[in-house]
Amino acid sequence: MVETALRRPPLAGLVPPPGDAVVLAPVPPAARFILRVRPAAQTAAGEAFGGPLPTIACRAATEGARAALWLGPDEWLLISPDAPDFTALAGVPHSLVDVGHRQAGITVSGPRAAAALNTGCPLDLDEAAFPVGMCTRTVVAKTQIVLWRTAPETFHVEAWRSFLPYVCGYLAEASREFSG
Amino acid sequence: MLLIACPYCGERPEIEFAYGGEAHIARPADPSAMSDEEWAAFLYARTNPKGTHAERWRHTNGCGRFFNAVRDTVTDFFVATYKTGEPRPDLTPRSVV
Amino acid sequence: MSSLRTASGGRIDRTKTLRFYFDGRSHTGVQGDTLASALLANGEYLLGRSFKYHRPRGVVAAGSDEPNAIVNLTRDAARSTPNVRATTIELYEGLHAESQNRFPSLQVDIGAINDLLSPLLPAGFYYKTFKWPASWWQRVYEPLIRAAAGLGRAPTLPDPDRYVGRWAHADVLVVGAGPAGLSAALAAADAGVRVVLADEQSEFGGSLLSEPTEMQTWLAEAIATLAANPRVTLLPRTTAFGYFAHNMAGLAERVTDHLANPPPHLPRERLWQIRVKQVVLATGALERPLVFPNNDRPGIMLAGAARTYLNRYGVLPGKRIVVATATDSAYRAALDLRAAGADVAVIADLREAPGEIADEARAAGIAVRTATSVVGAGGLQHVAWAALAPVAGGAPEAVPCDALLMSGGWTPAVHLFSQSRGKLRFDADASAYLPDVSAEHERSAGACRGVFGLAEAQGDGAAAGASAASGKPYTPSAATPNGGGWLGLMPNAPAKKAFIDFQNDVTAKDIKLAVREGMRSIEHIKRYTTTGMATDQGKTSNMNTLGVASGALDATIPQIGHTTFRMPYTPVTFGGLAGFSRGDLFEPIRMTPIHPWAAEAGAVFEDVGQWKRAHYFPKRGEDLHAAVARECLAVRASVGMFDASTLGKIEVVGPDAAEFLNRMYVNAWTKLGVGRCRYGILCREDGFVRDDGVVGRIAQDRFHVTTTTGGAAGVLNMMEDYLQTEWPELDVWLTSTTEQWAVIAIQGPKARAVIAPLVEGLDISREKFPHMAVAECTFAGVPARLFRVSFSGELGFEVNVPADYGRAVWEAIYAAGRPHNIVPYGTETMHVLRAEKGFIIVGQDTDGTATPDDAGVGWAVAKSKRDFVGKRSLARAAMTGPSRKQLVGLLTADPKTVLEEGAQLVDDPHQAVPMTLLGHVTSSYYSATLGHSIALAMLVNGRARIGQTVHVPMPNGAIAVRVVKPVFYDPEGARLDG
Repeated sequence: MVETALRRPPLAGLVPPPGDAVVLAPVPPAARFILRVRPAAQTAAGEAFGGPLPTIACRAATEGARAALWLGPDEWLLISPDAPDFTALAGVPHSLVDVGHRQAGITVSGPRAAAALNTGCPLDLDEAAFPVGMCTRTVVAKTQIVLWRTAPETFHVEAWRSFLPYVCGYLAEASREFSG
Repeated sequence: MLLIACPYCGERPEIEFAYGGEAHIARPADPSAMSDEEWAAFLYARTNPKGTHAERWRHTNGCGRFFNAVRDTVTDFFVATYKTGEPRPDLTPRSVV
Repeated sequence: MSSLRTASGGRIDRTKTLRFYFDGRSHTGVQGDTLASALLANGEYLLGRSFKYHRPRGVVAAGSDEPNAIVNLTRDAARSTPNVRATTIELYEGLHAESQNRFPSLQVDIGAINDLLSPLLPAGFYYKTFKWPASWWQRVYEPLIRAAAGLGRAPTLPDPDRYVGRWAHADVLVVGAGPAGLSAALAAADAGVRVVLADEQSEFGGSLLSEPTEMQTWLAEAIATLAANPRVTLLPRTTAFGYFAHNMAGLAERVTDHLANPPPHLPRERLWQIRVKQVVLATGALERPLVFPNNDRPGIMLAGAARTYLNRYGVLPGKRIVVATATDSAYRAALDLRAAGADVAVIADLREAPGEIADEARAAGIAVRTATSVVGAGGLQHVAWAALAPVAGGAPEAVPCDALLMSGGWTPAVHLFSQSRGKLRFDADASAYLPDVSAEHERSAGACRGVFGLAEAQGDGAAAGASAASGKPYTPSAATPNGGGWLGLMPNAPAKKAFIDFQNDVTAKDIKLAVREGMRSIEHIKRYTTTGMATDQGKTSNMNTLGVASGALDATIPQIGHTTFRMPYTPVTFGGLAGFSRGDLFEPIRMTPIHPWAAEAGAVFEDVGQWKRAHYFPKRGEDLHAAVARECLAVRASVGMFDASTLGKIEVVGPDAAEFLNRMYVNAWTKLGVGRCRYGILCREDGFVRDDGVVGRIAQDRFHVTTTTGGAAGVLNMMEDYLQTEWPELDVWLTSTTEQWAVIAIQGPKARAVIAPLVEGLDISREKFPHMAVAECTFAGVPARLFRVSFSGELGFEVNVPADYGRAVWEAIYAAGRPHNIVPYGTETMHVLRAEKGFIIVGQDTDGTATPDDAGVGWAVAKSKRDFVGKRSLARAAMTGPSRKQLVGLLTADPKTVLEEGAQLVDDPHQAVPMTLLGHVTSSYYSATLGHSIALAMLVNGRARIGQTVHVPMPNGAIAVRVVKPVFYDPEGARLDG
């Protein structure tokens, strides 16, 4: 059994910005995998994961604490409390790669969350254009993120661990103008 | 900044994409059977047209897919975008406005 | 309050007095003033000296088109902004401004001698005078000219203000909140779409702000309606400075510049990058000055500007006023001034038959002279008289005045339209270029397309706004331009000192001279004379330039064309463009999980791309060389540990994984057993080395591929390219795991002894875990992939653990290594160790023109493979033979001499320059282990030259070097097993 006390997640030192117009917080620890599989096996893969794989572009599907985020036509980011059991997929060509330490997530929430994100993210974050449940890879300024709207005023942002200080620093700086 | 319609994700800003050069230049099945001239043409010769140009883009900061686009090199407007492997659509440039 | 402030009226709050300072003198203005209006109210008419001739200059305009009244605005030592238009500075309590381009003072300026010397300083003066001798340009002429020319001075301290960016989207962007723009925004908002309305001024209203009273109710209601609509974003103080492809606009919002005490949480500026479906340009029109001698005297101002100062700011431009005009609109200024109590001496109208408004003026008691040209002006630092002469000819008459108002007509502001690549057409009736064919989803409305009347502009705006909201094709109604106005030099006026471009001191005479000297294209005339090239980009001058050039070239204006409109419409701060991209947020600073330990251990870091990597770990008093020597010796003698986490890693998974790698890499992978790894070389299709790294087979269908630190993203992109577009049938997928793993290299004869106690579930003995083995195991209590690899030539392991455990595992290894005096080492030692063994660094020892064989790793190429990326190119004749540069080692005679990386190699150092170059030094270090310097080089036909001497020419003489094999240490590889 892995000694969790040995873990040092990348967001241990996150200092949230002042005010409540924009709130930054680490998301709880979770297992993360990148799943790649051809269409024929997607249903089986979803069953193995314990939650359906969304087939509509840029949409996330959740089943309890499990979430599957569409990142590409044959690519999903799986977030779950523990490692999924894919032994049922043996013999079916697919790729399941542990990225639980590659990246981590923060939530950006509050009435000005979208505005703060839009200081560095070029997407239209109006709810009509980026509704709850939408997810996609995109950028915040000079780095790539995965952006997932989980509630009208809450976004889940994932970034590779070495980019997280930049992403958090950027969003904290962006939040300052809403803290007055 | 261009607005590019990814065939998978829809319209996204250019900052999410990487350019990939001219499209529909398939890697030869048997390079060893080619003369130096033929190989050089495959490696380096490109059409560089004034007008519609079929080119590759990758939605690097998106779905990660390579896809093809037909762009008017005079106006910078896209005529079409389509998935890799699909044939170049037979289209004339749209009129703007 | 001074005598030029009216008793009442205007949009100012006379109860709120503001103290401000100009050139150190204290003045008062009121809330709502601009710096220009407050200075004029105080009788300060002399605001600066001109760029070239140092002529006295005052206020010409009332908005962002102002060419003359540019000042330096200072909040503190770091917040000092040169070249700000006084007409756009909102007054605040305690504002400090200084005039520019004068010494010792504005009133007494030594540089004004240039005005007397002006016959010697015509257009092209610099080009003609300073071209010989050539060597003087850099040493003498340029410093002199730079000292003499220029406007304000930039502050030397870092900008302490914050600037933010904001991406935004809307259905309709309306630029300009005058009557047309407001009407467009109202109509679009009515349709329920998302609307953004931006205007550069502090208040919405545009030309309505200069109207006396009527329309103010409509204005207030329009703004209130828009403000109450949640789908509408109102952006005052926001300049749409750029119109980019696919309906992307750049907007600069000045958030706090108007505040005496900006709240600390607010940025100074916000740069909007806004993408919209439809754009409505309602950017209005700019009034043209008249061109006549001394038309730059303070006190000479645009008639529309005078009307703005009166009706918006309650300031009279003077007490005895002469109006010179070629249009009706100047009459409005005359009538308003007359009503405000000023003495309007005469209106000199260039036209024979002005409109009905002339009768209105006469009825108000103002003398109107038709067919009359203004041909000059007098006064030293302020206008004292205007010279008026009949167009038909005859002696000019000097009419005394303290304000001369001029109007040459209105130039539609087509800047953004033209920036968007819209095509302009010249309208002879309007004497103006008007929007013709749009390039973007855009429509112009109101004065910017020649629709001038108030009601007409409102109707035009409403139609444009409604159609923009619908997104349907739109054909605007035909514009009926009124009052053409005048372009170029006034009839009967001399060209000398008749200024066209006030800011760059370009006169009508200069334009004529340029034509005489052979300039034909307007682009050449512009560059030769610099007309239109000042910070105002020719807003008031470009059309008059065309007018003069048209006469001089005897060509029509459409034949001459126009210069290119480029962004920005008005200057944009560097801070605004940079946004957060400065300091710690300039770009991502990537750090490994082990970074904090290294920092606590005193490591010195170096930048490798965006990564911070530990360069070396100095002990007290050690410099780079001492630390590296100690680290190197420790690894060779005992054991060292190195953070290799930045190595690129790609998990290649799927039944076709080996086949995919066979096609990508030069090596053969099919027979690589599970649990084994191999050094892989990746070429580009042109046959040159792209990247390298160790590839381990974790399972039959799973490979752990490593790349160089800098190549990680590019290699993955290249692999995805081939996989997606050439071989989509392969069942294999690629996932970046660079950041999933923390990687710690343990290198040295004691490496096995150090890690053995930490490894569970794996026999790492020499026999069971040989060189180039890989296995999954538990390491220091956490899951790991252990590689038996060496980039030092010593017994070596690289342990990969999930990144969150990186630091804990590093500390466990360090603790386990203490009995063996384990040494943490950095990238410099890593480099020396690998160079001692002749291991290449792709990108340092190779440069994109090296084949695997050139780089000394030709042994890795699986020649029996039918195909791989680059194979066909490697078969070209030019890729082999004696002309190739090959990797060699170099040794200097003096063991202490360390060659410079990048230094060139030649056969004969005494040959004439340019010498025949044979290659260059790619890596060079002092090897403490060997006790002498070592170098790697790429040398033409290098392997055949081993044993020969070549030379490295350096500034202090050539260095002779002996060519040797590129393996300096343990060439037999005996140390790999410890």
